[in-house]
Amino acid sequence: MSDLWGIYALWYREVKVFLREKSRLVSSTVNPLIWMVAFGGGLGASISVGEAGYQAFIFPGVLMLVVLFTTIFFGLYVVWDKKIDFFKEVLVSPMSRASIFVGKMLGGCTDGFIQSGIIILFGPLFGITYTAYSLGAVVLFVILLAMGTTSLGLAIGSQMTSFEGVGLVQSFLIMPLFFLSGALYPIDNLPGWLSWVTYANPLTYIVDGMRGALLDLNSFPMAIDLGVAAVYVAVLVAVGTYAFKKMS
Amino acid sequence: MIIQTFGITKRYKNITAVNRVDLSIEEGEIFGLLGPNGAGKTTLLSMLTTLLPPTEGTAKVNGYDVRKEPGKVRESIGMVFQTPSSDEILTGRENLYLHALMYGVAKEERKRRIGKALELVDLTDRANDLVKTYSGGMRRRLELARGLLHEPKILFLDEPTLGLDPQTRQHIWEYIGRLSEEQGVTIIVTTHYMEEADSLCDRVAIIDHGEIKALDSPSILKMKVGKSMIRAKVEHPKLEYIKGLPYVTKADYKDGIVTIILNEGGAHIQEVLLNLGEVSFVELREPTLNDVFLQITGKEIREEPADDVAEIYARADS
Ligand SMILES: Nc1ncnc2c1ncn2[C@@H]1O[C@H](COP(=O)(O)OP(=O)(O)OP(=O)(O)O)[C@@H](O)[C@H]1O
Ligand SMILES: [Mg+2]
Repeated sequence: MSDLWGIYALWYREVKVFLREKSRLVSSTVNPLIWMVAFGGGLGASISVGEAGYQAFIFPGVLMLVVLFTTIFFGLYVVWDKKIDFFKEVLVSPMSRASIFVGKMLGGCTDGFIQSGIIILFGPLFGITYTAYSLGAVVLFVILLAMGTTSLGLAIGSQMTSFEGVGLVQSFLIMPLFFLSGALYPIDNLPGWLSWVTYANPLTYIVDGMRGALLDLNSFPMAIDLGVAAVYVAVLVAVGTYAFKKMS
Repeated sequence: MIIQTFGITKRYKNITAVNRVDLSIEEGEIFGLLGPNGAGKTTLLSMLTTLLPPTEGTAKVNGYDVRKEPGKVRESIGMVFQTPSSDEILTGRENLYLHALMYGVAKEERKRRIGKALELVDLTDRANDLVKTYSGGMRRRLELARGLLHEPKILFLDEPTLGLDPQTRQHIWEYIGRLSEEQGVTIIVTTHYMEEADSLCDRVAIIDHGEIKALDSPSILKMKVGKSMIRAKVEHPKLEYIKGLPYVTKADYKDGIVTIILNEGGAHIQEVLLNLGEVSFVELREPTLNDVFLQITGKEIREEPADDVAEIYARADS
């Protein structure tokens, strides 16, 4: 149980570091807003996705993009931690590997949450109106997404030995996951193979859940969206914990 | 025995970093590990602290097997690493605070111990600055303070005083001595400073190529070399004749310097000098740990590290 303090320590460190790097915070806020304005505004002029407008339509997708990038890179960052030896100091402490994982995971999760919180504040500019229900649901999905994706990043990062693999992770994991999730287009009329890939992508359900809560535009029942998100978290937390136990 | 190793071995692809080491360390001891670069000191410490799994053999630390109960081992120990391990993006005080949390230091104790540790290493003034802005020596001191913070039963120190100025070194060693004396902490330390090892360690092990070459108290080790030692700069010594003298145990000639180990050097120096020929320099002294080291490993231990601490820290940044 003394590990609880240790978990708190790791979490505290990550959040401190995150808040201290203001420039990173600013750039990762500005980028998605540019997406919203340029992509959503520009392309949106010629696309019709219902009464809310294209900007509102992709808002949950951009929110997801923010969480995805913040948390996966946070996770991959353990490669660096291992390099600078700071992590050795953590590994030699009495904390169990599982607790170290949880501390890190909560830290990354908080980073992603703060980051997306800023974007959520801009929602009304793009035609989003919040109710207690829709805001609560979006926050819940953001947290689940952040937990799962941080775990994924940590799992991969803990097994890498250098930063070289990061580009691969970005090209072959994050980008496909994002673009094939219905973040930017409706998924109801996709051609065969694309629809299969999209249905197999857990992020599809998370975007759908957020979009359903915000705009009442569900492709799946809310219960399924939530269920998939929960499984996504459970599996990746388990994988991450295991990876940390095996990490050297 | 608070630490005992059983044929502990670490092999990398084409190198055996630690080769079947058996040693026992008693509770409360200050135990020194001396060895040239690459001898396997850090590797041995890493296995004892559960950071590296042994290839073969095992060790018991505070009664727990490092392979089977690494968690229990880690609860008993503290470690100061050879390479920088403080968090640059945080302040010195925050580094200590996190350490106190991770090691389960009681809430009421945290503030007091952090204050005390900072004072010890003279960092109170800079405690609230980011570690990024510290010099290499300051970082080293902070890491040392951190290792002491949770008052572990066994403390591993890998080159704790490397690159520090003599005054701080003195400070740190005094504290290490006090820790062992007053609180009975067992201390395992690697160092390149022979005089420090000599005056502080109860026992030292000399390690080379992953093997323990000698292990004893500094005074016994020195005695094994001989009671006194004459070193002289000379062109053509009568080496065979000198070796034949009844009180001489050993005589070597290398690079124009003759080294003679003998009993009661003061009484016999006249006779030795007469037989050396033209001498341009001579000294008579007791052997130091350095001589022991030289004799066993055939190498001088570098007094000052080849690359100084600032460089090590710079490398960690890149
Ligand atoms: N990860 C590794 N892979 C391969 N070889 C390694 C690895 N780590 C250490 N070694 C080798 O093992 C040997 C022992 O290294 P170690 O760091 O234990 O030496 P050391 O006695 O601590 O030296 P120093 O005084 O320079 O700190 C060296 O030859 C080193 O090159
Ligand atoms: Mg070393």
